Amino acid sequence: MRVTFTVNGRRHEADDVWEGESLLYVLRERMGLPGSKNACEQGECGSCTVRLDGESVCACLVAAGQVEGREVVTVEGLADLARQRGETPAEGAADAGLSPVQKAFVDAGAVQCGFCTPGLLVAADELIEHNASPSDADIREALSGNLCRCTGYETILDAVRLAAARTGQPAGAGAPDAGPDAGTSQGGAI
Amino acid sequence: MEFLRPASWQEALAAKAEHPSAVPIAGGTDVMVEINFDQRRPGWLMDLNRVPELHEWETGEDSVRLGASVPYSRIMENLRAELPGLALAAHTVGSPQIRNRGSVGGNLGAASPAGDSHPPLLTAGAEVEAESVRGSRRIPVEEFFTGVKRNALAEDELIKYVHIKKATGPQQFSKIGTRNAMVIAVCGFSVALHPESRRVRAAVASAAPTPFRATEAEDFLSAALDEEGLWDSDRIVPPSVARRFAELCSAACKPIDDVRGSAAYRRHAVGVMARRTLTWVWESYRNGGRGGARNDEGGTRCA
Amino acid sequence: MADATRLPTTITQVSQGTAAKGGIGESTLRPDGTLKVTGEFAYASDLWHEDMLWGCTLRSPYAHAEIRSVDVSEALRIPGVRSVMTHDDLPAATHYGLEIQDQPVLAKDRVRYHGEAVAIVAADHPETARRAAAKIRVDYAELPPVYDEESATREGAPLLHPGRDDHHSGHVAHPNILHRQPIVRGDVAAAKAEADVVVRNDYEVGMQDQAFLGPESGLAVPAEDGGVDLYIATQWLHVDRDQLAPVLGLPAEKVRLTLSGVGGAFGAREDLSMQAHACLLAMATGRPVKIVYNRYESFFGHVHRHPAKLTYEHGATRDGKLLYAKCRIVLDGGAYASSSPAVVGNAASLGIGPYEVDNVEVEALALYTNNPPCGAMRGFGAVQACFAYEAQMDALAEALDMDPVELRQRNAMSQGSVLPTGQEVDAPAPVAEILRRVKERPMPPQRQWESSPSEGAGTGVDVRALPGGLSNTTHGEGVVRGVGYAVGIKNVGFSEGFDDYSTARVRVEVVGGEAVALVHTAMAEVGQGGVTVHAQIARTELGVSRVTIHPADTQVGSAGSTSASRQTYMTGGAVKKACESVREKVLRLGREKFAGGHPAWTEGAELRFEDGKIVTAGGEAVAALADVLEDEAVEDEVVFRHRPTEPFDLETGQGFGHVQYSFAAHRAVVEVDVELGLVKVVELACAQDVGKALNPLATVGQIQGGTTQGLGLAVMEEILVDPDGKVRNPSFTDYLIPTILDTPAIPVDVLELADEHAPYGLRGVGEAPTLSSTPAVVAAIRNATGLALRRVPVRPEHLTGTGTGADA
Repeated sequence: MRVTFTVNGRRHEADDVWEGESLLYVLRERMGLPGSKNACEQGECGSCTVRLDGESVCACLVAAGQVEGREVVTVEGLADLARQRGETPAEGAADAGLSPVQKAFVDAGAVQCGFCTPGLLVAADELIEHNASPSDADIREALSGNLCRCTGYETILDAVRLAAARTGQPAGAGAPDAGPDAGTSQGGAI
Repeated sequence: MEFLRPASWQEALAAKAEHPSAVPIAGGTDVMVEINFDQRRPGWLMDLNRVPELHEWETGEDSVRLGASVPYSRIMENLRAELPGLALAAHTVGSPQIRNRGSVGGNLGAASPAGDSHPPLLTAGAEVEAESVRGSRRIPVEEFFTGVKRNALAEDELIKYVHIKKATGPQQFSKIGTRNAMVIAVCGFSVALHPESRRVRAAVASAAPTPFRATEAEDFLSAALDEEGLWDSDRIVPPSVARRFAELCSAACKPIDDVRGSAAYRRHAVGVMARRTLTWVWESYRNGGRGGARNDEGGTRCA
Repeated sequence: MADATRLPTTITQVSQGTAAKGGIGESTLRPDGTLKVTGEFAYASDLWHEDMLWGCTLRSPYAHAEIRSVDVSEALRIPGVRSVMTHDDLPAATHYGLEIQDQPVLAKDRVRYHGEAVAIVAADHPETARRAAAKIRVDYAELPPVYDEESATREGAPLLHPGRDDHHSGHVAHPNILHRQPIVRGDVAAAKAEADVVVRNDYEVGMQDQAFLGPESGLAVPAEDGGVDLYIATQWLHVDRDQLAPVLGLPAEKVRLTLSGVGGAFGAREDLSMQAHACLLAMATGRPVKIVYNRYESFFGHVHRHPAKLTYEHGATRDGKLLYAKCRIVLDGGAYASSSPAVVGNAASLGIGPYEVDNVEVEALALYTNNPPCGAMRGFGAVQACFAYEAQMDALAEALDMDPVELRQRNAMSQGSVLPTGQEVDAPAPVAEILRRVKERPMPPQRQWESSPSEGAGTGVDVRALPGGLSNTTHGEGVVRGVGYAVGIKNVGFSEGFDDYSTARVRVEVVGGEAVALVHTAMAEVGQGGVTVHAQIARTELGVSRVTIHPADTQVGSAGSTSASRQTYMTGGAVKKACESVREKVLRLGREKFAGGHPAWTEGAELRFEDGKIVTAGGEAVAALADVLEDEAVEDEVVFRHRPTEPFDLETGQGFGHVQYSFAAHRAVVEVDVELGLVKVVELACAQDVGKALNPLATVGQIQGGTTQGLGLAVMEEILVDPDGKVRNPSFTDYLIPTILDTPAIPVDVLELADEHAPYGLRGVGEAPTLSSTPAVVAAIRNATGLALRRVPVRPEHLTGTGTGADA
């Protein structure tokens, strides 16, 4: 079957979709958006978390056909989403354009293997969108559907606190503690 | 496999009549797991997300008409006052992502003995409105579960609404999981006070082939509260009464040993939850929950 | 698709430190961090190639069965199916293995564990491949399984590998014993006669899974030269290649591996999983083949932590001096060898823990059974022992009516102590100190579920801070706090005479007027942050700010495995050594060019590399690095070895077996709902000596992550296996790992006592915290409940006396 929907503001179309395919498979294998991750495919890890019409959902549990005509935001669209909300993207040669949550995860050391990271970013981004100054318990509850096997979650909490603090800053104001002073980083294109 | 996208309820009923083996999918939180893991290959998948009435709810005088696909997160946010037991249970389902998709209709359709929404439906009092091209009927939730993952739906029927009695007294829900979040119930328990009828209802999940009401325990407790004149007093439930209530709830279980827990543990845990949740609802009843539809969660930040 | 291919080779990670910054000791950020937060980082399962096929594996539903016949004809007839292979289609070697080549690429005649690979399929779409696999007819005849020591060694027990001739087969008492390592020191019988107190107990450790999040995946691309390029998530590219080449019937140089993004490892990627299958299908079809396991298959696709049965006996004087220790450790290795022999060596040699005990008798062995194969997982044999010996310390302290930390400190080893293997610990061993540090931390506040700000009406009970969490099982009823301590010892690096080395190639050249470094190694970055540290080392050693990390592949020499807490030591050491060599070459070049210039060039004075310049010891710049290099690139590839170790004697266990030791201690504070048997860990504080924290942020991240995996083993993580060998919970629904609501605050106290034998004095970090975390949590639960708790994971049944069923 053919499936057409909007991803990160762009209309995407996929043909010859098998009816049993999930939104996750279509994003990863048919639309060239592998950022959402395939860790459990049973809704028990949150690595494939995307926004579907604004709601955080596990893309592995949405049938591709159900997304027809709807709007999806993936980790690849977080920076645009932040811009639309009027948040200031990160500056600097290396991480230009990262959303505040993305930048905070890098700065706080919340990324190790990184496989859980895209899902956590989408979930954390939604949390801060709705709750500008979440308590630690709020952060833990909001992220309780996202497993991480590397970090023990401490730096993830740090990252979300940092992102919330930075997002709460009026535009143009200096960001609070940017985490450890460090060399910047930059990646080549894929 | 064929993908059906009915745009209206009537289309959905017609499609189900034409393809009785079509599997309805709303949140996908059960169906897609089975498809992803090659446990199920239905001939037809029928998406119910496009049927508007399934996503709506309406609060009436005595009951809430809950669309089958209303996600748990909506229930938590919007129906805490009317359906406190269900709202509490909704909060224990899966993860935030799952709660944004999963629904009571899906839970009923899967009819898992471990379904979190089942005990509060049983204690609040609920009817499942099932419909087919042949017509509509209301099935009392007590009669809905017919076996492990089996329910009373005919093969051409779909669940449209669940009619749930609004709370007239405090309600509670508690569930055992071996993790502090995102966990399937080892067993679950709900209790609801019905001061207007001087009745208490208690229901258990995942401790028998189907979710069930512990009627003997309900009868005992309702009688004991009456005999001791407790409904109109400011007194606590005597520990011996609470203990007996818990024992009867435990005794009503017919659990099995499985990977999630032993039968003995389930029986034990149901008793502990029964005693504690009774204490919580009674405490909030004494603190002003009597007679009103007050949502009291024992002062807990949990729904 | 926008791209024709997505391969990891197109990723070049560039780290940039500002001048004089970003060297060792700083918390520089990951060079791959930005790619990982934008979703661009290409993990193995993200790879894509035009015209690629999907591979799928048919696995045995039985733990032990004869294969009478396999019929693939129906599968081959399905449109879209390009290849179906069974054992009979293998082109060359039919078996592989890390230490013993006992594992069939595809089962022939017999399957030995539930989930063993029997046939593979390549097709246009994963669903087509799955449907085809389901059409393969395998006629099995079930055989009685071997599942524990008794069933494995009794008379007439079926032999897992009849006719064994591996190097351990000669010294074991039964062919179903894979390896046995005793350690004997002193005179236990005499010491026992002197003991005032004797404590003897049996312990059990369940089968833990690494549960990395990125499932086994890779992409094999057939090459024009008849070889194959494999893009893969692994822990050791070269050992994969060396196992693959014979199976593919190719010379090693035609099997080229490139590391893709790796979604965690923790030991589970040491053995081959889908590597051979993807390559075989690619060669058979002439098309690229991608295989991605789902979570269910992943539980069958890699080895697990060995479940263990342990018996310990300790004797001590009345004032708490350990006189002797005896233990017997039986590890279930499952159907194939994997790295079980090395796990046995670790369990034996570290089995007594970080304590001075003069009289010791240890026996550790691994069995062959029809249970899932077990091998490497973070902690590698030391985890199981640590749970038992630390429980013994608490039991002994109780018997002596002594503080458990004091008892440990009284017997703690220190630099100069002699291990039961006869090896002297010749580097700092601050065992008593790390215990003191965790003990002296302030306690977390009581009843934190009440102290949370109240939202809404009521008394402000926050169930998120209580046992049971969101499930709303208690509002404080039945909750009892407990505190527990533990300490452990882990070896770093490969041991027992293994020729452990790593290779690094470093180049400096001028790019855009600036001297930059390129570091090329085959080190598998699995999340640990090795790439970050390599760039830091290059900056420190070469005084550059820009460092490019070349993708890891087999075009450079082996880096050894990303295991055994060894990579910062070993490949970090190799990068350091390569930088030193490059520095010498640059100075030679400078002396040639500037002989008549600054006198420092000719005086033989010490010259340093700083801020892109070559400077004297006094800090005076003598030349810009870019001016020395001009158009020339200076490069060297070097091999770094740690000092040699030796095998343990097969009868006495004596020998200089390990190169370095690592120590961590934990204090766990838990709150237990004693009526329901549910546990909330409130705080899990750690103190660890790391020698030198090359990157403090990453170091703490390793310690917190390792600590959390130990917490998981303590209270929830176990693969349950039926007596008939079938895995009962191969899913994230029923194999539970800690969520953020299960994981407490993990304050970390990092000590930096240099080990003079190691580069920069560093000490491997990753594993030690996984050891002591588990016994500390269990000790805290014991403290809260008064129960003995001799088995992990501790289940609610154990805490409420409602066992049977799952834990029978």
